[in-house]
Amino acid sequence: MAPLPLHTAGPYVAAAYIAFFLIVLIYVAIMATKLTRNERTLSELTEQVKRRQRAGDDNGR
Amino acid sequence: MTRPRSAAVVVALLRAQLRLELRTFESLPAMCLFSVTAFLLFHFGLDVDSLSGNLASGVLWVTLLLAALLAINRVYVADAEQGGFDAFVLSPAERSTLLLAKILVLLIYLVVVELVAVPAFAILLLEPSLWQAMPSMLGAIVLGDLGIAVIGALVGALAVRTQARDLLGPLVSLPLLVPVLLGVARWTAPLFDASRAGAVALRWPLVLALYDAIFGLIAFSLFDFLLED
Amino acid sequence: MYGKGLRPLSLITAAAVALTLAAALFWAPNDAYLGFLQKIFYVHVPLAILTLCGFVAAGLMAVAHLRTRDPRWDMRSYVAIHISLIFGVAVLITGSIWARGAWGHWWVWNDPTLVSFLLVMLLYATYQPLRFAIEDPERQARYASVFAITAGAFVPINFAIVRLAPAYVHPRTLSNISGNLPGRMQVVFYLALFAVTLLWITLWRFEMTAKHVAAQLRQLQNLVGEASDEAPARRSAAPSLTHAGSVS
Repeated sequence: MAPLPLHTAGPYVAAAYIAFFLIVLIYVAIMATKLTRNERTLSELTEQVKRRQRAGDDNGR
Repeated sequence: MTRPRSAAVVVALLRAQLRLELRTFESLPAMCLFSVTAFLLFHFGLDVDSLSGNLASGVLWVTLLLAALLAINRVYVADAEQGGFDAFVLSPAERSTLLLAKILVLLIYLVVVELVAVPAFAILLLEPSLWQAMPSMLGAIVLGDLGIAVIGALVGALAVRTQARDLLGPLVSLPLLVPVLLGVARWTAPLFDASRAGAVALRWPLVLALYDAIFGLIAFSLFDFLLED
Repeated sequence: MYGKGLRPLSLITAAAVALTLAAALFWAPNDAYLGFLQKIFYVHVPLAILTLCGFVAAGLMAVAHLRTRDPRWDMRSYVAIHISLIFGVAVLITGSIWARGAWGHWWVWNDPTLVSFLLVMLLYATYQPLRFAIEDPERQARYASVFAITAGAFVPINFAIVRLAPAYVHPRTLSNISGNLPGRMQVVFYLALFAVTLLWITLWRFEMTAKHVAAQLRQLQNLVGEASDEAPARRSAAPSLTHAGSVS
């Protein structure tokens, strides 16, 4: 089978490399979503603890 | 309590399962009926009156494989639902005897189904005569059934105590059974050749035997871990 | 601590990948037989090798889990399978693109690597449903390990067997020509293999760290006494790391 000339083979090679990058980037994006959700939960928890500490201080006084 | 001899345990388990099957007829009639019906499906689907060579080999073995899936699902169900697993784990018997018993059960079921399905296939769909091919066929049947039984017994135990057992059993078994299908179908394809031109390649019996041995070893090493609770 | 050293690792990985790309596109010569299309091979084959090694590694990690009963090994195995599945999808897509370019069809049966791959991916696609179908976390981990070991043994055996089938005796395909590469192409191939290996390890460490953080966060929620209103004990396919007190 004769090799494809550059202008026909080019798009395929580009598509393959782009597909590879996209897959990795989509994975990173999904992980980023989980990370931001965890960050939000963490800040809520911090708020909770601070509120309780303040309430504890008020009661102790 | 003295530890019972393993062979006695296997025989006892085997007899219990076979007695259950003879009383309830859950699996065997369904498997036989399914096989013959499948041949009919192939006739209508492929629009052929007779098959030979690769196509014949493929139709026969795919049908037998799918029939085996019916058994793989059912073979552990009674144990799971009626507390048989717990009773077995509490007994002093070695756990791998249960695996051996299930492998033998599946082997027996497959042989019985083949006694029905292979003649049915020869009558309904096969073009060349089957008699001359029989000795080599028997080898393929034995090694192929062994592979199906080993993998079926392992995967069945894995799938039966999950919440999607009817789906997971077939889905996990089928990829693992593809090499068995490949070996056995390529082995018998020249036997079904009308021109008798093909000779059986030596590689397929070797491949099947090796595959059966390796997964047999794996199944026996891992089975205990499935039965811990 | 899984996150330690993750930043330098990522930077080295990024550099290796960039270098490989440049070398593949500008430095390596065009294959005399396959032309420019052959360059897909620098991304397809290393991904394939890493996927398979990843599955086998997951099997070994599962062995460690069954021997030590440490849930961290189960987590490592789970993440390894997850990353390998993602790489496997990339293998199938790049392989399909190559098939379209080389043979005109989006799928060909004459390349043993692609066919074995499809089979392996179909098997590992059942891993998450299997985990999800078992509620008890200890049993889930144990059964998943049995699966990972069986499937990990299946990977190399399946590859050998599929190659034996008659259709593949003399294939003129991507996997066949990776054996005897001339000078520059061989260098670029090994560079690509190195870069993709680093990528697999980086993504694995990345996901391990993320899961570890999530587990610690859940533990914190329980300590503060929060957990009730948000997402009550959903069934999960992922190992949890919070049972058996293994979160440090």
